[in-house]
Amino acid sequence: MRKLGLIVNPIAGMGGRVGLKGTDGLEILAKARELGAEPVSPTRAVEALHVLKRSSLKFDLITYPSEMGEEEAREAGLKARVIGKIKPKQTTAEDTRRAVKEMRELGVDLILIAGGDGTLSDAIDVVGTRVPLLGIPTGVKMHSAVFANTPQGAGEVAARFLSEGLPLREAEVMDIDEEAYRENRLSAKLKGYARVPYEPLKLQSTKEGSTSYELEDQKAIARWVAELMKEGRIYVIGPGTTTRAVAEELGIHDSTLLGVDLILNRKLLERDVNEGQILRAIEGKPVVVVLSPIGGQGFILGRGNQQISPNIIRKVGKENVWIIATPHKLELTPILKVDTGDARLDDEFRGYVRVITGYRQTRIVRVS
Amino acid sequence: MMTSYRQARWIGDAGLEPSVFELGKPGRTGYTLPPKLHERLNLPKHLLREKLELPELSETEVVRHYTRLSQMNYGIDSGIYPLGSCTMKYNPKICEELASLDTAAHIHPHQSEETIQGALELMYKLERCLAEIAGVDSVCLHPSAGAHGEFMAMLLTRAYHKFKGDGGRTQVIVPDSAHGTNPASAAMAGYEVVTVPSDARGRVDLKALEAAASERTAALMLTNPNTLGLFEDKILKIAKIIHDVGGLLFYDGANLNGILGKARPGDMGFDIVHFNLHKTFSTPHGGGGPGAGPVGVKDELEKFLPVPVIEYDEKRKRYYLNYDRPHSIGKVKAFYGNFGVLVKAYTYILLMGASGLREVSEAAVLNANYIMRKLLGTKGYELKFDASGPCKHEVVFSAEPLKRETGISARDVAKRLLDYGVHAPTYYFPPIVSEALMIEPTECEPREELDRFVGALKNIAEEARSSPEKLRSAPTATAIGRLDEVKASREPILSWRMYRKHRA
Repeated sequence: MRKLGLIVNPIAGMGGRVGLKGTDGLEILAKARELGAEPVSPTRAVEALHVLKRSSLKFDLITYPSEMGEEEAREAGLKARVIGKIKPKQTTAEDTRRAVKEMRELGVDLILIAGGDGTLSDAIDVVGTRVPLLGIPTGVKMHSAVFANTPQGAGEVAARFLSEGLPLREAEVMDIDEEAYRENRLSAKLKGYARVPYEPLKLQSTKEGSTSYELEDQKAIARWVAELMKEGRIYVIGPGTTTRAVAEELGIHDSTLLGVDLILNRKLLERDVNEGQILRAIEGKPVVVVLSPIGGQGFILGRGNQQISPNIIRKVGKENVWIIATPHKLELTPILKVDTGDARLDDEFRGYVRVITGYRQTRIVRVS
Repeated sequence: MMTSYRQARWIGDAGLEPSVFELGKPGRTGYTLPPKLHERLNLPKHLLREKLELPELSETEVVRHYTRLSQMNYGIDSGIYPLGSCTMKYNPKICEELASLDTAAHIHPHQSEETIQGALELMYKLERCLAEIAGVDSVCLHPSAGAHGEFMAMLLTRAYHKFKGDGGRTQVIVPDSAHGTNPASAAMAGYEVVTVPSDARGRVDLKALEAAASERTAALMLTNPNTLGLFEDKILKIAKIIHDVGGLLFYDGANLNGILGKARPGDMGFDIVHFNLHKTFSTPHGGGGPGAGPVGVKDELEKFLPVPVIEYDEKRKRYYLNYDRPHSIGKVKAFYGNFGVLVKAYTYILLMGASGLREVSEAAVLNANYIMRKLLGTKGYELKFDASGPCKHEVVFSAEPLKRETGISARDVAKRLLDYGVHAPTYYFPPIVSEALMIEPTECEPREELDRFVGALKNIAEEARSSPEKLRSAPTATAIGRLDEVKASREPILSWRMYRKHRA
């Protein structure tokens, strides 16, 4: 029988309605409660579990005590094996990490995690891509790409994963500095990747007759980008799995997943560079920037790739920015976004951009 | 509403009629041939085979076998077949009769022109009819299917730009509501595919189209009415955007059933048009053909059409085949097209006449709107795009609300419809509508049949709430239950030989 882990971060999302932009840290939590914040995470977790209950699938549900999953499972009418210990009403990030670790040791097939960016970030600290994860969206900040669109959606994907199996994709986990965010500065870092089950778009469509898989699409994009590359030009390769595929296509296997690399004449020129290093390297040379939307909100600039600053983009020119994304990624975020910190530059990107979506395939996509 | 439908089941495994290879006994025959026939035919030795491994059955067994198979089947002659984008209309039997006349069925493409004047005349006149219907100047009947016609259109596009010395045109623009074969045809002809999104009204997003159009644009491929069944009412503006940058407009004529005698692609600004004779012009299809996908063009593209072209010699009063065309893209098919299909389509056009064809579209559009209005407001189904105006020959509902409420998907709905003795609509297409149910009733259905179909869909929405299990296991009234479609497309077993290999 397949094993499903369930972890609910009961305080996730509490800061949202009272305008606190997150609930990291006990102090903020106390403040949120003071402002009259009600827990939202448990209710939304139950909505996801209802779908699993309705599916009448047989599986082993393993969860953490009281409000971290036990109560939600009971509420949804699901039997669960409860492991671990917590102090009710005083759960912390440490509890999430411990729960993930223990579930991994029990060999769960998938962990459903109800929370926000912070919760998922804690989870991948422990398991990385070794155990498939799926986020039930309940937090304030959800820039990561590991969340289903709705709690029901999370339940449906989990049910299909358990019953018939689904392919897994690598999805970004973003980490946002809450303190900076409260001061209206958004500093989103690409924290890492989780493996997430997903329903391939075209698997549904018998009329199309073909199936589209994320990895194959990434390879198709990479093949074309590699063909378009010219000698003597520096390619600034942004972070992400789609851009990594471009490096792989060129035979570069030590590119950085989370950082920015420079490629010249199909060879790695410099890896994991910062803004200053990029500026020095491209001075006076023809340059192309290759970007992929990062995170679950469709940002092409300003989230997880801040090294590629407005200054760099201005030097390179908008026409030399290539945006690449798989059809599946665009299905999740049909409208792209920019937030470079330079309002005038952001305006230049608004409207429509060409996105490379496959081998000799592009799509006109709106940027807002 | 009662469901009393039940398909025939027979003796073999799981109620299936055995395959013909599993029937009969050695020595049984259903034919009488002169003995030693092959000696008299003087066939070369290397073409003779010792073992044929053919099934051996009597005539009775053969006829019963195929009759039983037909009873396990569902076709347009059984009932409504609202498979969106496929135009499954009734095929008049007189068309079959004419196509089986000796002068149609038993002529050979290698016969001399003098002996097939009638066939040439028929094709020549069919070309003229189609040109008039689509508002173009010339038509080529050769392509054997819709996608083949699209591909030929892309080859014409390439020849046109090459002739003009315009080598920089590498892109073909395709809306995201297009038929899946459009980008495939463009890619096969060597073009990059640029996809443009639809707007909130389900039409081409004009601003995105403007952003896509450039001096690199070779053509725009467009279906109008589009696959949502909606008319691209800004078509003249669309044509202007593409023509202004020097590109051509290709009309995917798969959806012609909504505009016959009402609007013509040529008048909308299209330069190349393809027709699916097996859809709009009522020749049988499904099961892989044969079909026919003629292509029509405006005068400026005429010289690139494939060879041979049928022409009429006024002086000698005879039709002839012209191969002497230096700018032609060459051949796209052996000989002149699927002649039998062409005979049926020509018969259909003569049968209907101009007023009849116009009435076809009126009834097809009326039927689709009847279904749309009857179903609108049923909890569980919704329209994703602007529903303020009428639809054309088809309507695309989304079963997303039903899925959200009950977990029952469009696929489950489609499968359950089969239990009501109704063919399912196309589902999960077009891909821009989640949980899509694409319904095209055609002009042939009487009102009672439309009511029965809508009733079944309404009932199923109720069943999704009261007995979802029934839907998940549907269909149960058919000869064959629910298939594992993913497995079927990944490991297809299409012949007896493959089946035996699979068993071993």
